[in-house]
Amino acid sequence: MDQILSLIGDNIQMIYIIILSIFVGVEVIGKVPAVLHTPLMSGANAIHGVVIVGAIIVMGHTDPSNIVGLLLGFVAVVLGTLNVVGGFVVTDRMLEMFKKKAR
Amino acid sequence: MDSINVLYVLYVCYLIASVLFVVGLKMLSHPDSARKGNLLAAFGMGLAILGTIVLHHNKEGQPITNHVWILVAMAIGSVIGWLSAKKVAMTAMPQMVSIFNGMGGACAAVISLIEFGHYSEHAANGISIGTYLTIIAGLIIGSVSFSGSVIAFLKLQGIMNKNFRLPAQNIFNSVLMLATLGLGTYLVTSGLVSMPLVLTVFALSLIYGVMFVVPIGGADMPVVISLLNSFTGVAAAFGGFLYDNQAMLTGGILVGSAGTLLTIVMCNAMNRSLTNVLFSAFGDSGSGGGASGPQGSVREMSATDVAVMMNYSSSVVIVPGYGLAVAQGQHIVQKMASVLEERGVDVKYAIHPVAGRMPGHMNVLLAESNVPYEQLKDMEEINPEFPNVDVVLVIGANDVVNPAARYDTNSPIYGMPILDADKAKNVIVMKRGMNAGYAGIENELFFYPNCYMLFGDAKKSLEKLVEELQAL
Repeated sequence: MDQILSLIGDNIQMIYIIILSIFVGVEVIGKVPAVLHTPLMSGANAIHGVVIVGAIIVMGHTDPSNIVGLLLGFVAVVLGTLNVVGGFVVTDRMLEMFKKKAR
Repeated sequence: MDSINVLYVLYVCYLIASVLFVVGLKMLSHPDSARKGNLLAAFGMGLAILGTIVLHHNKEGQPITNHVWILVAMAIGSVIGWLSAKKVAMTAMPQMVSIFNGMGGACAAVISLIEFGHYSEHAANGISIGTYLTIIAGLIIGSVSFSGSVIAFLKLQGIMNKNFRLPAQNIFNSVLMLATLGLGTYLVTSGLVSMPLVLTVFALSLIYGVMFVVPIGGADMPVVISLLNSFTGVAAAFGGFLYDNQAMLTGGILVGSAGTLLTIVMCNAMNRSLTNVLFSAFGDSGSGGGASGPQGSVREMSATDVAVMMNYSSSVVIVPGYGLAVAQGQHIVQKMASVLEERGVDVKYAIHPVAGRMPGHMNVLLAESNVPYEQLKDMEEINPEFPNVDVVLVIGANDVVNPAARYDTNSPIYGMPILDADKAKNVIVMKRGMNAGYAGIENELFFYPNCYMLFGDAKKSLEKLVEELQAL
């Protein structure tokens, strides 16, 4: 019990961010038209690519003599970049088409 | 600047990135601003990444090293990501989103593994419960998202098209999930630092992701992808917790909650609950009902007759489905529509919310061939108009026009809102053959007196129709 309480106490700001972000996420896409479901999902998919920041951090603080760590970190950064770049480009391609005919 | 100020600059970068994520997502939910929203979010992402590489210092005050490795990895990821995203056909978009999502999940899982590796090297120092919790949670969620997304990709790509179910799939999956979570909880609460056990959690999670998605039918894949998408968001957020990183936290949670809502919205569009989609034997009950399905004969119509019928009608509604996407018929259908319009026929497209393999799939597809926005009609908008429509042309769609959904409580699609195509004066169904739709059930519409079949590949049939129309 004490452990859990101190876990909450130590991270109270983070927990606030989490709870408020949940509401923001729900509010922000509240009334999305069905037409945009796929692009929106794709855009959200690209945004969670922010996990690449974690990959960069872990890679950047890995001891250069730790080959396994470096290789795994390398893989993580590649995967994260794929998520980010692929995600945003695919979304843009979908939306490009909506643009053209929304004249 | 001293190192404290450098860190503050990084915090500002993260703050701006977080705000851009929120604004970008907001703009993505409106047609006019969607593209700009995507670019804004991408800009925020670039800022967060660049800031991290240049400015990040860990708790010991050391800056990021291994720059060459990082930049090479990013270059590889960018080139592959960019090329595959640019080259993929519009029809393959859903599985592309799925596989990119899987990459994000895998990234989160690998981060957890490396972080744990750091701790296990100094096992004697122990590991705080908060850190352990975030590592294990990120590992489990990221792995499930990864293996699940890969299965979803294989299914949509058609590489894996059997929905095999173990006899007691739900029980098996529940046991697997409990085992995974149980072992994870045990590790976190006991603080036991054991690489083999953590790898076991990793393996169990991967298996769970596979078993979770394998029994789900292809028609429900959009819902699954959306759900896995929000999973990856949550996994990213745990990474944010681990590194006290606000950009990861807000970005991850934002996608987690927005993705969950989007998943529910998609389920609502099919009039089914999420649990129903995830845990019910969709295909099974369908095959049972098939035996007592509608009987009778269908009537075939030649392309020439269909062309004449459409030419002399005053209104035509096109109902596109996945078959149109598969046959790559979106351009030729637009051509046919413009020929009809030249002849004074009113042409509209009726878009079912779940037509194709993803909500909005048909809109994207038709937009590609420059179908005017105003001609695309939502289900609620077009349904009251059907009784006044002369010809409905159903192209490669099936379940979304199955009248059994309205009354047959035994039908697996019972309760799903459908397009009232059967109420039109004439219905032409373009199909390759008499195979059942994705839900694996017969469609009684085909046996209705106002329904005619035009068999053949959608694209070839459409080409023929255009030819015949132009000859008239």
